Amino acid sequence: MGSNCQESSKSTIIPDSENTEAELRLTPSAKRQKIDHQIQAQAQAHPHSAAPEANTTFQHSKMSSTSLLETLQLEHVPSTHSVHIAVFRGVENAAFLHQQLLARNADFEYALIDAAVITSRLQVLSAAFKAITLQVAGTLKTPNVHSEIVYALSPASNIAEAYRRHGITPTTKDLVIVKILISPLDADSTEAARAEDIEKHLLAHVKGQPAPFTDETLSALTDWGRVRKYYKLNGVGWLDGIKDAGAKNKEMDTLVMSGMALRGV
Amino acid sequence: MAADTATHQFPLPAILEYPSSTPPELITQGAEGRLYKSTYLLPSIPCAVKYRPPKPWRHPILDARLTRHRILSEARNLAKCRREGVLVPAVYAIDESAGWLMMEWVAGDPVRAAINEWLRRRRDAERAEGRSGDAMVEGTGEADADLVALLRRISTAVGRMHKAGIVHGDLTTSNMMLRPWERGKEPANGHNAEGDELLEGDIVIIDFGLASQSVSDEDRAVDLYVLERAFASTHPRAEKLFTAMLESAYKDTFKQAPIVLKKLEDVRMRGRKRSMLG
Repeated sequence: MGSNCQESSKSTIIPDSENTEAELRLTPSAKRQKIDHQIQAQAQAHPHSAAPEANTTFQHSKMSSTSLLETLQLEHVPSTHSVHIAVFRGVENAAFLHQQLLARNADFEYALIDAAVITSRLQVLSAAFKAITLQVAGTLKTPNVHSEIVYALSPASNIAEAYRRHGITPTTKDLVIVKILISPLDADSTEAARAEDIEKHLLAHVKGQPAPFTDETLSALTDWGRVRKYYKLNGVGWLDGIKDAGAKNKEMDTLVMSGMALRGV
Repeated sequence: MAADTATHQFPLPAILEYPSSTPPELITQGAEGRLYKSTYLLPSIPCAVKYRPPKPWRHPILDARLTRHRILSEARNLAKCRREGVLVPAVYAIDESAGWLMMEWVAGDPVRAAINEWLRRRRDAERAEGRSGDAMVEGTGEADADLVALLRRISTAVGRMHKAGIVHGDLTTSNMMLRPWERGKEPANGHNAEGDELLEGDIVIIDFGLASQSVSDEDRAVDLYVLERAFASTHPRAEKLFTAMLESAYKDTFKQAPIVLKKLEDVRMRGRKRSMLG
């Protein structure tokens, strides 16, 4: 299980620390998880030094930077939390990105989601909402809010399995990348600047074609077979009775979101 | 948000205190909880938030356990119905320890309002013709076709829910919504396009706060009995028609339905509670 864990960070070493106290207060299972990550990090040859050199080898993408990152303020989350989302298609360096997560490189603290198991914008936003809510309440089950997003996508409570199924793997082709920025209440002016930094950082290090975060893009990338398997929709017979493909996908999307909401209960 | 909270009679749950494009609106208050209308994720998606506040008169530990248990069972039952294809609100988000449940917002009016409005119009029309307008609705006339179709849809919806293994526990016409059909998407079966639109729409069953999972004929029969009694008291003029429709449409929804209807006769004789044996 260890080698498949992604998305990890030692809260204490993040320079631009967005980690609140809440993240440090971990539940027992999160502590277990954290220990796993530490063991894993020690196993890496050069956990933090390897990344920067590797980064510089990638070329900047040609796409204009303005349309890449979509910034959203979700309903009923504190105004200090903003959600930034990008989609990359045909990613060639998934193995590298995966490695950064395993190495717990703080610069790569993103939710890197496999787009094949994403059905809609709402599914991603739903996961972000859940993760932020838990982060605010101080009840994260995984090391940080970004790994929690990947975990929130899963309808099952096995964290390593959730990373494997919903997170990036070395062979992932299409990615949905989510970054949660948490600003102090009085620092609204810096928000835009930080979002730009993220955009630059993503363009510099993700070798893929940026795409807009729309339902059209996402549904083109969806692997419905995997979605049906992961969210246990194969036993739902009446779904196949729906003739209209759009309506059917919408129903499945709703069931997927219910599955996410009801995880482990 | 201070101004918003001031307009509320009760303190909002913490989750609704965070900013949203439109302030949450208190829709109704029940014995155990409150229902708010708000938005989920984006300003364009309305949602219903059911909040069970802490009860200060209970021991805190007991209170937390009861609230948690009730929120979870409601969410599970909703999800189960949804998976089985019964029209119920989808569960969006849940926080059982904070005591709230976010669900899909169902558009339209409660079935109760629609039926009463329909009966009122009918009475006014009859009075205009010089009759008393208080006679029982028999469902035989051309004009009653809409109501008959609606009662059939209600019975079918309840039958499907029972087939899914859920008993509702509080079936009334107030706990069913009549969600208007999307334009150009009306189902072809069992409804005439010309009639007045008052009684048209999908039956969406709501409020699973008292629901439980059961496949026993007794529980299902009691569920039907509660609905029958609630119907008789809210719409006395259509009572007979309802009983007839219940028996004909419910019977076709699942295999054990005829047995449930037989059981219903026993329940009618003795009332909702089982015999004194325990």
